[in-house]
Amino acid sequence: MLAVQGLTKKFGGFTAVDNVDFSVEKGEIVGLIGPNGSGKSTIFNMLSGNLPPNAGSIKLQGREIAGLAPNVICGIGVGRTFQIPRPFKRLSILENAALAGFYGHGGSGISKSQAWRNAEEALSLVGLPTDAKASVDTLGAAGLKKLELAKALATKPNLLLADESLGGLDHSEMDQAAEMLGSIRNELGITIIWVEHIMGVLMKVVDRVMVLDHGEKISEGKPHEVAADKKVIEVYLGTDAEETAAAAVRA
Amino acid sequence: MNSNIVIGIIAVILCALPFIGVETYSLHLIIVILIWAFAYTGWSIMGRFGLVSLGHGAFMSIGGYVTALLWNNIGLSPWIGIPVSLLVSGLLAIVIGYPCFRYKIVGHYFALVTLALSEVVRQVIIATRDTTGGSLGYTPERHGEGISIVALQFSNDRIYFYYVALFVWMAGIMIWRYVDQSMSRYALEAISEDEDASAAVGVQVTREKLKVTVLSAVMTTFAGAMYCQYQMFISPDTIGGVGVSLQIVFAVVVGGIYNALGPTVGAVITIMLAEVLRISIGTASVCVSKDVCFNAAGVPLLIYGILLIVFIIFLPKGIVGGVADWWKSRSADPPDAAGSTQLEPAKAKTG
Repeated sequence: MLAVQGLTKKFGGFTAVDNVDFSVEKGEIVGLIGPNGSGKSTIFNMLSGNLPPNAGSIKLQGREIAGLAPNVICGIGVGRTFQIPRPFKRLSILENAALAGFYGHGGSGISKSQAWRNAEEALSLVGLPTDAKASVDTLGAAGLKKLELAKALATKPNLLLADESLGGLDHSEMDQAAEMLGSIRNELGITIIWVEHIMGVLMKVVDRVMVLDHGEKISEGKPHEVAADKKVIEVYLGTDAEETAAAAVRA
Repeated sequence: MNSNIVIGIIAVILCALPFIGVETYSLHLIIVILIWAFAYTGWSIMGRFGLVSLGHGAFMSIGGYVTALLWNNIGLSPWIGIPVSLLVSGLLAIVIGYPCFRYKIVGHYFALVTLALSEVVRQVIIATRDTTGGSLGYTPERHGEGISIVALQFSNDRIYFYYVALFVWMAGIMIWRYVDQSMSRYALEAISEDEDASAAVGVQVTREKLKVTVLSAVMTTFAGAMYCQYQMFISPDTIGGVGVSLQIVFAVVVGGIYNALGPTVGAVITIMLAEVLRISIGTASVCVSKDVCFNAAGVPLLIYGILLIVFIIFLPKGIVGGVADWWKSRSADPPDAAGSTQLEPAKAKTG
């Protein structure tokens, strides 16, 4: 599905992502984790087209997408959420999703009514109201995260890039959100790359985990393998490491 | 639904106007209002999405000058000249708009770029005074006496031009509403808030902005051509330059930028006001005491300016927007007994 090779991004003299290779199979949920500044968001932004890479290739179903514009990548079938939700406040919740439902297909002839159907589908999938007037202002932190997800889903992606979906949520909301990503994969068959700072819940849902540190991939494998990896524990010192181990045990 | 009925009634009244004894001067004023209202409507089509252009005077003057120059110099009928002018300004809009949108020149910076455009076009007209008549203005040559269809000249018979202007104005309102109901409107609202997030859901940001900019520029250019054909005289300051560009913005702000009829109400108010002030004060002198007198020529502008400030502070959505809000809050705030019946119109209004 996705094959990334030699991906590199430099900001001036600082190498944020250094020669990273990975691949994602169709229908997988892959977790991309790492401490702050490890380069996971940079990789994410290169996948979504928000940053052009300095070197390397990103192939989606055999097609090179590195350096394409975000809207083109969206049209090819890659949906993304933003770490801090970025709803369009001048539009209603339904209009937010309908916009994505209309434009998210590479501009190919989608009718307005089809766009609205896509929007309603996506909203009910994440459990948001589909009445036309409901305002974005009525949503709390969890609701806004759901709207982010609904916008991405309304574009009918094959690959979903979920950026730190759990930040700012309480424990039960976290569990819900993780379950939701799981069911999106199971029911819609959408491949998911899940970038997350908080490891605990992620470990329960993903098939595979990649760990980044200082722009390099330091570990990759099944959640319990990665959690037992010495290098990973070193990176995630303290409570995070315990949490990781505990999560691995539960998994 | 409500607004459709209102527009229908207004349309019928407007069509009947020349036959219910409106005098020539009033008809003239109405024609001028319709032409400017069309230009203002064209501006607000992009202006409402935060694309504040201070360059529409440039497009307006292209409409007038290209049409008139082609007619006078190579005898090209305005039937062809006007489309040529629309093409020229559409291309200019792309040349200015594309780099701005591609490199995310937004907000104040976009306003400044377009402001420069106004002045550049005005200076070009003045600099080429041998051809364009410079700041003294320019007159399309008369094509014989009376009405000429070929030259789109209607002599002093204002009724014909009234219907042309009315038709064009109504087309302008319909274009405004068409854009308002299209998916592009949602895209542009989203773009005005967050370009990256819009691109992330597949919106072609540059393309959407260019589309609406070209549409807006072309409409304003058409207004310029109409103005030229009607007044049979244009000058860089009456249909171009920063003055006209600002006049467009102010009128739309006064009328209401988010409503189809806002720019028209803005045109009615600003043009009537300017006319009343011009007639009542004109170039008279105002004497404070026996010895201290001022030339009052600047007073209309002063009053105009003060009113604008008042509007921007107290009615930021303009008259139409303000009235609509007031109507909504009045209907949504029922006096105890008639509560439920009072709510009905509020719902119909929002729907």
